[in-house]
Amino acid sequence: MDLLEYQGKQLFARHGIPVPEGLHARTVDEAVEAAKGLGFPVVVKAQVKIGGRGKAGGIKLAGDADEVRAHADAILGMDLRGFTVHELWVERASQIEAELYASIVFDRSAKRPLLILSTRGGMDIEAVAEEDPEAIATLHVDPLLGFQDFHGRRLAYAAKVPDDLVRPIGAFLHRLYGAFVSEETTLVEVNPLIVTPDRDVVALDAKVTLDDSALFRHPDNAQLRDPSAEDPQEQMAKERGLTYVSLDGDIGILGNGAGLVMSTLDVVAQYGGRPANFLDAGGGSKAEAITSAVEVILANPRVKAVLFNIFGGITRCDEVANGLVEAFRQIEPTVPFVVRLDGTNDVEGRRILADAELPNVHPATTMNEAAERVVALAREGVPTA
Amino acid sequence: MSVLVDRDTRLCVSGLTGREGSFHALNNKRYGTQVVAGVTPGKAGQSVDGVPVFNTFVDAVRETDANAAMIFVPPRFAADSILEAADAGIPVIVAITEGIPAHDELRVFNHLRQAHPGTRLVGPNCPGVLSPGKANVGIIPAAFFKEGNVGVVSRSGTLTYQIGNEIAQQGFGNSSIVGIGGDPVPGSSFIDIITLFEHDAETELIVMAGEIGGSAEEEAAEHIAEHVSKPVVAYIAGFTAPPGKTMGHAGAIVSGTSGTARAKAEALEARGVRVGRTPTQVAELAVELLRG
Repeated sequence: MDLLEYQGKQLFARHGIPVPEGLHARTVDEAVEAAKGLGFPVVVKAQVKIGGRGKAGGIKLAGDADEVRAHADAILGMDLRGFTVHELWVERASQIEAELYASIVFDRSAKRPLLILSTRGGMDIEAVAEEDPEAIATLHVDPLLGFQDFHGRRLAYAAKVPDDLVRPIGAFLHRLYGAFVSEETTLVEVNPLIVTPDRDVVALDAKVTLDDSALFRHPDNAQLRDPSAEDPQEQMAKERGLTYVSLDGDIGILGNGAGLVMSTLDVVAQYGGRPANFLDAGGGSKAEAITSAVEVILANPRVKAVLFNIFGGITRCDEVANGLVEAFRQIEPTVPFVVRLDGTNDVEGRRILADAELPNVHPATTMNEAAERVVALAREGVPTA
Repeated sequence: MSVLVDRDTRLCVSGLTGREGSFHALNNKRYGTQVVAGVTPGKAGQSVDGVPVFNTFVDAVRETDANAAMIFVPPRFAADSILEAADAGIPVIVAITEGIPAHDELRVFNHLRQAHPGTRLVGPNCPGVLSPGKANVGIIPAAFFKEGNVGVVSRSGTLTYQIGNEIAQQGFGNSSIVGIGGDPVPGSSFIDIITLFEHDAETELIVMAGEIGGSAEEEAAEHIAEHVSKPVVAYIAGFTAPPGKTMGHAGAIVSGTSGTARAKAEALEARGVRVGRTPTQVAELAVELLRG
């Protein structure tokens, strides 16, 4: 789960990482009140999970209450690359002498946390990596040893930060590492990490990705929400315990097992179709789960046809067939279904479907045949849900 | 021959007394796997279908000479259970559990690397290891596979069954099928398992099924070019996955521009590995190579 900037800064603050003083606001009036409490000038910042918010007009400096009002009014409800702004973060404007970059990433290849530091902050780090790779210093930390002071010194000298900043940046990285580990994040990124005229280092932005699998140990983090990022079908699927990702096409997809579902999306695309979703019904799916999944898929009004691609291992094809029959009884879908059942109890599953004589349900024997068929049906069909 | 599990495997199951654990462990036993022990703290003295249960792995190893472990406990207990099995000297540990926190996996991986270099962890979040006709450790539906000379290594369960089944329908079987799992920090990599297959006399061809996220496939491509003499056929899932979205498996995510299916397929092809665009095509390529 990616956090919003203000959620990340609040998490940083809990670990002693210096951040500018700020307040959260959902309305224009709240923003004005927040600014008055903080003292002018302030910065009004849109809270959405995209980079480059400033360039897109989502970050504005305000010198007095009227300016805060005008900016908050303009930014709330603004569409920033597909994300509607519902929340603001109002913070005291910082004086900036230099902009650096610091992050800790979960390096899957080395199986160690990777510290990254650069004196070229405030810009896209991938662009810096391309045009000036020397400007980026990196260092792995043994997770069993944890962060040591020498890590900070080594990285700071390698990045060629000014001598007087070596110690404060080392201390900053130490705390950042503490947050990375104790909050069980897979990414903490500070861009820019600013140097103030007093030579203090402060996190002016915060990008934090939490490990979803560890949320059971962090009930406070599990409560954090981002209303602007929530897709209605994804939300509905989550409540039902289904693994679902919204895509932008018109063919609903259900399969069992993440790899097989990804493969199904690819094969549908190869036949010229556009998948509307990823849905992994999981191992050992029972009939109720299938019925519930069909409801989620059909809640998307763009869906013109649905493909079931099941290779039964623990999942039994007769359970899948019963779930589909029940879904038809409960919600009477009007779009065509192509159903490919293979593996455990496939003969029984196909018999259940044939006996039920469901309207507009087409059996297929192979994955390729199923994909080809559903693409053709989606082309003919019109959305009716 | 086969890799990791065979007729000499003596399996101890962590979570044998649980519903899922007993269901799959007894399936493995029916297949012919020697399931010799279970571990559940506080349940020593009990037995499940004749398999004795112990409080600790150390007790289980002492009493039964167990030489392999299967981890079937909930995510919050799984890392501890893996470490306990390694501490008891068990050389092969297969972790089925899905949803283990990434930092737990990081600690386990680094500890095993430093303190137990001879221990091989497969998984977590994997379907296990099947050596047809010899032993099944995990949840792979063994009925679809028979003995043969194709080694399969995959990040996904059902995708493996799909590809394996298509190969089986052409009359070919498997030396072993190894699910390395869909998590960000797998205990064993493609390279680890491909190396085992390279040295396995029975394996004549290797099929690897990868997916988006990380760079394990790219690393495998380099390794294959330099160290593998046997033919390798690959498949990559997730060409249509949008960036920033986790596609079911915790490790299946395109981060920015890295970890894409296209980059992986290109890296493999650049190193001479044939990549099928559909599971069916992978099976066709494998069969073509096997028939020479």
